[in-house]
Amino acid sequence: MAKQESSKISPLLEVKGLRQYFRINRKFTVKAVEDVSFYINPGETYGLVGESGSGKTTIGRSVIHLYEPTAGEIRFDGTDISGRLKKEVEKNLRVNMQMIFQDPMACLNPRRKVGDIIAQGLDIHHRYASGKEREEMVADILHKVGLAPEHANRYPHQFSGGQRQRVGIARALIMNPKLIIADECISALDMSIQAQVVNLMKDIQQENKMAYLFIAHDLSMVKYISDRIGVLHLGYLLETGTTEEIFSHPVHPYTKSLLSAIPHPNPLAERKRLSLRYDYKTSGIEYGEGTMHQVEGTHFVRCTDKEFNAWS
Amino acid sequence: MREKEKILSIRNLGISFETTAGVVNAVRGVNLDVYRGETVALVGESGSGKSVSARAIMGILAKNGTIDSGNITLSYYRQEEKVTREILSMEKKEIRRHVNGKRVAMVFQDPMTSLNPLIPVGKQVMEGMLWHYHTPKEEARQKALELLQLVGITDAEKRMKNYPHQLSGGMRQRVVIAIALSCDPDLLICDEPTTALDVTIQSKILELIQTIQKKKKLSVIYITHDLGVVAKVADYVNVMYAGKIVESGTVNEIFYEPKHPYTWGLLSAMPDLGTDDERLYTIPGSPPNLLHKVTGDAFAPRNKYALKIDSRVEPPMFKVSETHYAATWLLHPNAPKVDMPAELRARIERMMKEGEHDGETGKQ
Repeated sequence: MAKQESSKISPLLEVKGLRQYFRINRKFTVKAVEDVSFYINPGETYGLVGESGSGKTTIGRSVIHLYEPTAGEIRFDGTDISGRLKKEVEKNLRVNMQMIFQDPMACLNPRRKVGDIIAQGLDIHHRYASGKEREEMVADILHKVGLAPEHANRYPHQFSGGQRQRVGIARALIMNPKLIIADECISALDMSIQAQVVNLMKDIQQENKMAYLFIAHDLSMVKYISDRIGVLHLGYLLETGTTEEIFSHPVHPYTKSLLSAIPHPNPLAERKRLSLRYDYKTSGIEYGEGTMHQVEGTHFVRCTDKEFNAWS
Repeated sequence: MREKEKILSIRNLGISFETTAGVVNAVRGVNLDVYRGETVALVGESGSGKSVSARAIMGILAKNGTIDSGNITLSYYRQEEKVTREILSMEKKEIRRHVNGKRVAMVFQDPMTSLNPLIPVGKQVMEGMLWHYHTPKEEARQKALELLQLVGITDAEKRMKNYPHQLSGGMRQRVVIAIALSCDPDLLICDEPTTALDVTIQSKILELIQTIQKKKKLSVIYITHDLGVVAKVADYVNVMYAGKIVESGTVNEIFYEPKHPYTWGLLSAMPDLGTDDERLYTIPGSPPNLLHKVTGDAFAPRNKYALKIDSRVEPPMFKVSETHYAATWLLHPNAPKVDMPAELRARIERMMKEGEHDGETGKQ
């Protein structure tokens, strides 16, 4: 079915039936991701939400090929990137897909200057003819993320948290990628700084037309930045659809409880509101038995036929 | 109705830390009152001094910290007799003996690091009772069991013997709350109790603290940066910026009639589930470095409504109503009349409407 849809725009990233297991020992395997399928169109932001341990970070890492998927297919830009990669495919992948990490202090090498950290991708892929060109490219990108060119000669510890995250973004941007995976990239920042970084990411997206895979647990920010959202729980993608569809007509009980749990900054309403309870063990829902059912348009929910009729 | 009983009062608290880079004035004159049974929230960005103020109440400041000024008085009952003590003049040992855990208990941010990994959780809950009240062991065990049930741990009998690593994050935080409640404190300080937890668990923990608070007539100080949490739990809100409280008032006053430009900024910067604005409002710049001495209003460089006087003289707390105070020169009678940004005004009106609407549906 996805094939027919793709006759209009072919998706930039397509994940089909992804499974990611980690074998701990002979008897015990962690099933981090179970049968997850989604796609991202060029220039679009896809938000993955879920509680800790739901497998959202694992999906991000599988997509960028830090893990070998146990099963399933990942297609990026028309080529299959699950399994072993050919050299040119890997090269294409490393240029066109970039990642922004959660903790900006931990992901920047403290012993290198910011300019060198940012230019590392350029160095590896020989993207400049002279040192001057390299310098210009770094200055350009620093300007774009709201830092000054002279910041290139500083070390990461000389920046504040928000500025460091900007360096992380600059490093991802300099290769001019088609897809950026942002793994909880704002959770470690203060609230007023979060808004700055999110605005920056939105501006850059408008300018460069790249796609984001935005992984987060903060639903209000996800709502703000995403075009479409996928809700994960215990490794299963339970519901996916446009932001509007998920927030105004959630179908799955887990999505409903997740949405109801967000505290609203509005005391009058908040006092009267009670959040819904959801417990997988007592809910009687077996994620493994469900299949994806279309609610409307791009809105899908994972459930059995019987559950689908009961919920909608 | 009985008059409100003040249990904690902080006056002009100043705390500084000596670091290799120089002296950091983390807290610069904080005033705070807490009454019995009420919930007070301290809101602010990291580094605004909210945690440090709370730690001063417990007498657990880091070694390089010194208290420069102010006093903290705590009132409690000892055998039906009211005692008022000045915490800052007490010996550390005395605080440990009479205040910590017994009168004032604290829940820390990370339940992973606040439990001892080598001791079963049941024993950790009993520990405070044995030490403070010399409760017989069997009785303490019974009480610990009740507490664990109170905080919503199923199978409490079995869980008593578990070690922290065998529990999930939400469960661990519940155990921490049980420990905090074990000695029937008058005041509970929650330092970002839910930041490390998921939203679904966060709402459960907050509701749990609220029900226990009602049952035990507990006063709670919440330290948080999440305005959603504040809206859910707080009676009074204190907004902190650069080591000072810049605005304080009841929760409705802060959310619906904010007066300080920083509060305006905070409220506008919250992503609102009801809006589809293209851009989030941001407060430009970043908080000041408290290594340097602040002259005038610390928020002035980031404040587009700043007046000339803001860069020279620090604004005092202006009174807006009986409960509402804000430290901004904009409230001075001679100041030009500046209203909050129009977008925020529109948003607040929408929020109030939503509140009324939800109230009606809530009654049904």
